[in-house]
Order: sequence, then C-alpha cells, then structure tokens
Amino acid sequence: MIASSHTISVLVDNEPGILARVVGLFSGRGYNIESLTVAETDAKENLSRITIVTAGTPMVIEQIKAQLDRLVPVHKVRDLTVEGPHIERELALVKVKSSGDKRVEALRLADVFRAKVIDAKMDSFVFEVTGNSDKVQTFIGLMEGLGLVDVGRTGIVAMSRGGDAL
Amino acid sequence: MKPEESATTGADLLVKALIDEEVEVVFGYPGGAVLPIYDSLFKQNRLRHILVRHEQAAVHAAEGYARSTGKVGVVLVTSGPGATNAVTGLTDALMDSVPIVCLTGQVPTHLIGNDAFQEADTTGITRPCTKHNYLVKAVGDLARVVHEAFYVARSGRPGPVVIDLPKDVLMNKHDYVAPKKPVQHKSYRPQVKPDPKKVEEAIELIAGAKRPIFYAGGGIVNAGPKASKLLTQFVHMTGYPITNTLMGLGTFPASDKQFLGMLGMHGTYEANLAMYHCDVMINIGARFDDRITGKLTEFSPKSKKIHVDIDPSSINKNVRVDLAVVGDAGHVLEEMIRVWKARQPKVDHKALKAWWAEIDKWRERNCLAYKQDKETIKPQYALERLYHHIKDRDHYITTEVGQHQMWAAQFLKFEQPNRWMTSGGLGTMGYGFPSAMGVQIAHPDALVIDVAGEASIMMNIQELSTVAQYRLPVKIFILNNQYMGMVRQWQELLHGGRYSESYMESLPDFVKLAEAFGAVGLRCHEPDKLDDTIQQMIAIKKPVVVDVLVDKTENCFPMIPSGAAHYDMLLGPDDRAAKPVSEEGMVLV
Ligand SMILES: Cc1cc2nc3c(=O)[nH]c(=O)nc-3n(C[C@H](O)[C@H](O)[C@H](O)COP(=O)(O)OP(=O)(O)OC[C@H]3O[C@@H](n4cnc5c(N)ncnc54)[C@H](O)[C@@H]3O)c2cc1C
Ligand SMILES: Cc1ncc(C[n+]2csc(CCOP(=O)(O)OP(=O)(O)O)c2C)c(N)n1
Ligand SMILES: [Mg+2]
Repeated sequence: MIASSHTISVLVDNEPGILARVVGLFSGRGYNIESLTVAETDAKENLSRITIVTAGTPMVIEQIKAQLDRLVPVHKVRDLTVEGPHIERELALVKVKSSGDKRVEALRLADVFRAKVIDAKMDSFVFEVTGNSDKVQTFIGLMEGLGLVDVGRTGIVAMSRGGDAL
Repeated sequence: MKPEESATTGADLLVKALIDEEVEVVFGYPGGAVLPIYDSLFKQNRLRHILVRHEQAAVHAAEGYARSTGKVGVVLVTSGPGATNAVTGLTDALMDSVPIVCLTGQVPTHLIGNDAFQEADTTGITRPCTKHNYLVKAVGDLARVVHEAFYVARSGRPGPVVIDLPKDVLMNKHDYVAPKKPVQHKSYRPQVKPDPKKVEEAIELIAGAKRPIFYAGGGIVNAGPKASKLLTQFVHMTGYPITNTLMGLGTFPASDKQFLGMLGMHGTYEANLAMYHCDVMINIGARFDDRITGKLTEFSPKSKKIHVDIDPSSINKNVRVDLAVVGDAGHVLEEMIRVWKARQPKVDHKALKAWWAEIDKWRERNCLAYKQDKETIKPQYALERLYHHIKDRDHYITTEVGQHQMWAAQFLKFEQPNRWMTSGGLGTMGYGFPSAMGVQIAHPDALVIDVAGEASIMMNIQELSTVAQYRLPVKIFILNNQYMGMVRQWQELLHGGRYSESYMESLPDFVKLAEAFGAVGLRCHEPDKLDDTIQQMIAIKKPVVVDVLVDKTENCFPMIPSGAAHYDMLLGPDDRAAKPVSEEGMVLV
C-alpha cells in the first residue's frame, strides 16, 4: 500500500493539555505530522480547530482518524482529503536581506506572488505570502537566491468548499 | 446564604461525589498531598478504605474488584511517588480495558511547575496510559469532574481515568453539585447500538458459512454478564464452534461441546487450525492481538471476517475485516439473535458436519497432553487437581504472568464471565495477588485463588501484610519451578539454551514467609500428597501460601513461536528442531 498525504480537521475542547494529547498520540503510535496548526475558533463554546497534515497508507490513515476520535475532548474528526473538494492555505513571513539588483528582483517576485511587504529597511524586506503550501514553498525557494535569511510558516489551515460546516 | 456558610471543602465534596457514584471501596495509600481526603474519609463510614502496601497493588486490587463485579474500581494515592507508583497499574488497566478512577494528590496550584516537594507532572506522565485524565484547578469544578470521570471510565470501551487533585483545591470550599443523570457528555458519546443494516449483513454472512468460527474476547466481559448469556445462546442457535481469547475466557462455558478452548500463541491445536481454515470468522469483542494472529500474512487467509467492537480504533488496526459492526457486544448479540430468529436461515448442515468432523480430528491430537510420573509434580497436573477441588465451589481465579498463567488458562475451566482475572495486554508480573485481594473484598465468602509463579509473586509480596490486616482469605497457589519459566522456555527454544539470568537464586522459604505475615504456609512436592494439600488450603479460612514444587523444566505447549503461522505450532518437546524460528520472528516479543 502506498502512503498518501491527508489533511484532517479536528474540532476539540480548548482545554489545557489538548495539544499534548493529540501530539502525544502521533508520537506514541509512530504516525508522522507534516503540518499542524491550532487556535481557538469558537470562544463561546470554547472550541479549537486543529488542522493536521499527515501521511500514511489507507489503513494507517483510518487508524489515525479512529484514534483521534477516541480522545475524550475531541468533538469531530474530518478527513478533508477524502470528503470532497477543499481549500488549503498557509501563511509565511519571509525575510530577505540584499541590495541592488537582488533587492529589486525580490520585490518584483513578491509582486508576482502577491506577497505583501510588511517591513522594510534599507537592506531588508519582510514579505507576507499566503497561498497553498506549494506556492509558499516556491516563493521561499526563489528568495533563497536573493538573500533569504529567515522564514516563519504557520502550517496549513483547511476548509471544505461549499456551505457545510465541520 | 454565602457559599462559605453552606459550602463544603473539596475533600468532603470528593467523598460525597464518590458516594453518589455508588463507590463502596477505595484502595489507597496516604501521603501529604491527600491528607485532607484521608481526613474526610475518617469522618464518615459509607466508604471503606483498604490500605495497600504499594500503590501499584492499589491499582491491581481495584482492577480485580472491577473485573469481578463490573463496577468501577477506585484508587487513591498521594502526589509524586504515589502517582508514579500507580503508573504500571494504570497501563495494565488501559491495555485490558478495565474501568478505574484513580485519584492522585498534587502540590497546591500555586506551586505547580516549581519542582515542589513530591511534585510530579502526573497528568503529563499518565496521559498515554489512561483513557483520559484531569487536573482540577478550581474546587468549583471538582464534583463535575468526578462524575464525568466515572462516566468516561465505565462507558464505551472502559479504561482508567486519573483525576489529579492539588491540595489547595481539596481544602477550598464550594457547594456540592449532584451528578446529572443520564450523563450527556459534550464530546464523548460511544456508539452502543449497532447499525441494523450491518447486523443484517452479518447474519447473511454467518448463515451462509460452511466453515465458521466464533472468536470471542474480553469485550464480552466488558459488555456485562448478559452479553455472555446472549453469546452462548447465539452460538447454540447456530451450532458453530467457538474459541475464546485469554481475556474472553468464561464468556462461553468451557465445558460446552462447541468450545474449542483458547486460541493463540498457547492456544489449542483445534482452535488455531479452525481459525486458519475457516471461511467465516465472527470476532466479537476481541482485538486481533499479535498473540492471536501470529504471522499476519498467514492469518486465516481464506476467511471473510466480521468484527463486532465498541471501539472503531480496534477495527482494521492489525487485520483488515470484511464487515465491521460498531456497537456494544450485548446489544449487537441481541440484534443478531432477533434477526436470526426472524429469518430462520437455512445453514448448510452438510458442510457444517464435515467441518465438525475435521475439528474433531484436530481435537484427537489431544494437544494439552502431558505425562505425570510418580516423582515430580507436573504444573499441569497441579492445576487439574486444583480445578477438581474447586469446581463445585464459588470460586475466582487470578494469575501472575508466565507459564503458570498459560497453564491456568488451559487447564482451569471457566463457565462464567468475571471469574478469571489476568493481565493479558501488558503482562504484568505482580498483578495476580493484589488483584485477588480486590476480588476477595468484593466477594468476601468466595474462594479466591491467585495462581502464581515464584518469580512473579515476589513483585507484590508485600501485600501479605494487607491480607493479614483485613483478614482476606486469599489463596496463593505457587507453581514453583525455580525459574522464570516463560523466560527459560524462550531461551531454551530460541536462544540455544543459554539461561541468562532466568534462574531464581535465593528464593525465600515461602512457608516461613507466609508465617512471618500471619498467613499460613503449606508446601508440597510429592504428586500423591497434592490432593491433601489443596484440600487443606481450601479448608483454612485464612490467607494461605501454597508452595507447590513442580517440574523445573516443563515447557508450555502448544506454542506458536513469535512471527510463525497457525499451522507452525510446536506441540511438544520433540517438535522443536524441525521448525527453526525465522529472523523476522526473533525480533518480535
Ligand atoms: C505470557 C502471555 C501469553 C499470552 N498468550 C496468549 C494466547 O496464547 N492467547 C490469547 O488469546 N491471549 C494471550 N495473551 C493475551 C494477549 O496478550 C491479549 O491480552 C489478549 O489476546 C487480548 O484479548 P482480546 O482480544 O479478547 O482483547 P481485550 O484486550 O480484552 O480487548 C477487548 C476488545 O473488545 C472491545 N470491547 C470492549 N468493550 C466492549 C463492548 N462492551 N462491546 C464490544 N466490544 C467491546 C475493545 O474495544 C477491544 O477491542 C497472552 C498474554 C501473556 C502475558
Ligand atoms: C513486570 C514484569 N517484568 C518482566 C516480565 C517478563 N516476564 C514474563 S514471564 C516472566 C517469568 C515469570 O516467572 P514466574 O513468575 O516464576 O512464572 P513461570 O513462567 O515460571 O510460571 C518474566 C520475567 C513481565 N512479564 N513483567
Ligand atoms: Mg517460575
């Protein structure tokens, strides 16, 4: 069986230790995490949404979902990859330090990628770029030759297309 | 009224909540962080506290109590070392799906994270070895958390739950909140009732089988005694053969003609071959453990597999099944019986007869045979004689871990569920004796016997002091082979007879040891005195340690070596050379 990448959304109670529970499940059972994001999404109900990108054979992915669902503070587990079309986004902050032609080229490429300049000094820029991971990765790759010094990425957040909630 | 006037302390609230949960017994050990709870216990007489001699034993005792009654077992330990000592027991309960609520003391909230005296990150340490855990940070949450913990421990697939209680929370005051019934947890709602369509499909498969087998496990014990009755009824209705896992023993009467004995690594020839050759396998409440499947690619290759389990994560974990029925075993069996009766399916009697004929041939192999001589007691013989003397009495059996455990599973017969307590998943030496204490507390007049090995019993031997204090007439039946027999057996079969560190040097005199604790000690080494000794043991209404000196080099057969297939079973001492263990198998446990 070949391993494939899945994007899984998990709705959880926003309580202390919940992230440790989820991460501990992955490390304890030898599953891998390619990306993980978490933040509170419903303050009234005290819920957080965790988006995990993981890879595995179909049997392992089924286990991962069943194991997540088994955690007491977990409300919902959805495999966006198999449940129809969905959108994924990631945000990165990319710092580039250069001058002359390289600086101009960085700014030109940022424009092409619709990256925003959110900090500028005479010899540096910080760009904010959003998109799917491929786009973000491509942009970072291009900056490598143009004085890339620092990268911060949020990891992936994802949502199904259409009107249905998680 | 201001809260201060009406309110009670956290410790008193806790005791009240336990009483509301119908707790009768708490197994525990005191310490600084839980002194307020001990103070509350002192002031009341509804809850009984049993003082163990080691926190691990408290958890095992609670497990024995829980598994023999179907109730939640309750443990109380102090912070730091109290909590860490409980970890083995919690892991054991998690692996075997035993409902436990374990209350742990904690340093006061303002000191958490300070490396305070007897501080341990208990919720951190126990996260992977509990079904769920809580750190109660405010007294206002305490009662709710306790009620929720009991709900989580007992519902769905049962398991241990830890509640970590900082000392200030125990001393602060608040009003009591009675449990809401029925509990509606906001996120944890296990599926109890099966999808009727799946049951219909299952019946179709079952009715069409030509070489069927039921494979029933511990989940049926978890589902309550009624589930065992329903299982027996359904198996009788179909006329199909059935095998039990180690954890499932007693869910189908062992004396029944349709019972093939235990399956798996030390299971019977007939059960394992029937699993290999079947065309429809009906797994109810068992988890395709590696002790059962052996080599996965060779596991029952020709069968359609049905799996009934309350925990979706048990399904398709090790073995891909053709039909999954998620739900409580009792509810599913009830549905299955209803549909079967309604449909009156025509089973293929001719095929079934041929199948039974084949099974009977395997049975004739008499795979549990052993040779008893006049000189030394064979462990199998000791257990056969033990069973002979207890079978008509109200009895419960626990075990330690090793060869004696496997022989107990093979040679004692279980007719009912909840009568057999053993550490299956974790395989914890030292489980049996404290577990037997818990059973005896729950069933004061029953005969409770821990079938032990001389190595395992040393792991919780301090509990002799507990049974003395509470006058618990637990019997410890040691099959003393002077070896860590199970280790020695693997060394003999897999490591060229290099008996590295498996001989038990400097064993105590178990008779004197028993006497030192105020128990009675008996010893027996002649086969013809064994019956007398057993009768004596039963007659003495006190704790008894029986040191039965058995053949030191007897091995436990049948055995499917790790990583081998069901047909590669070793049936006796002469079998071994023919089948060397693969390299792949050697790395397995
Ligand atoms: C030295 C040693 C040797 C061993 N050799 C063997 C051997 O030869 N044969 C053997 O069988 N075992 C053996 N074992 C035990 C083995 O390791 C496993 O513990 C055992 O096989 C598991 O039993 P089980 O499949 O019944 O599952 P359990 O561990 O009892 O799990 C129960 C299953 O039922 C499900 N369940 C729980 N509640 C319900 C419910 N209400 N309704 C439906 N489903 C439910 C659970 O989700 C789980 O999947 C050995 C252990 C030791 C220590
Ligand atoms: C706590 C713990 N440590 C180690 C083991 C590994 N182990 C399994 S069986 C066994 C030997 C048990 O010896 P004994 O109690 O004398 O039983 P016997 O096999 O001789 O019947 C050991 C060391 C274990 N199961 N549990
Ligand atoms: Mg031994």
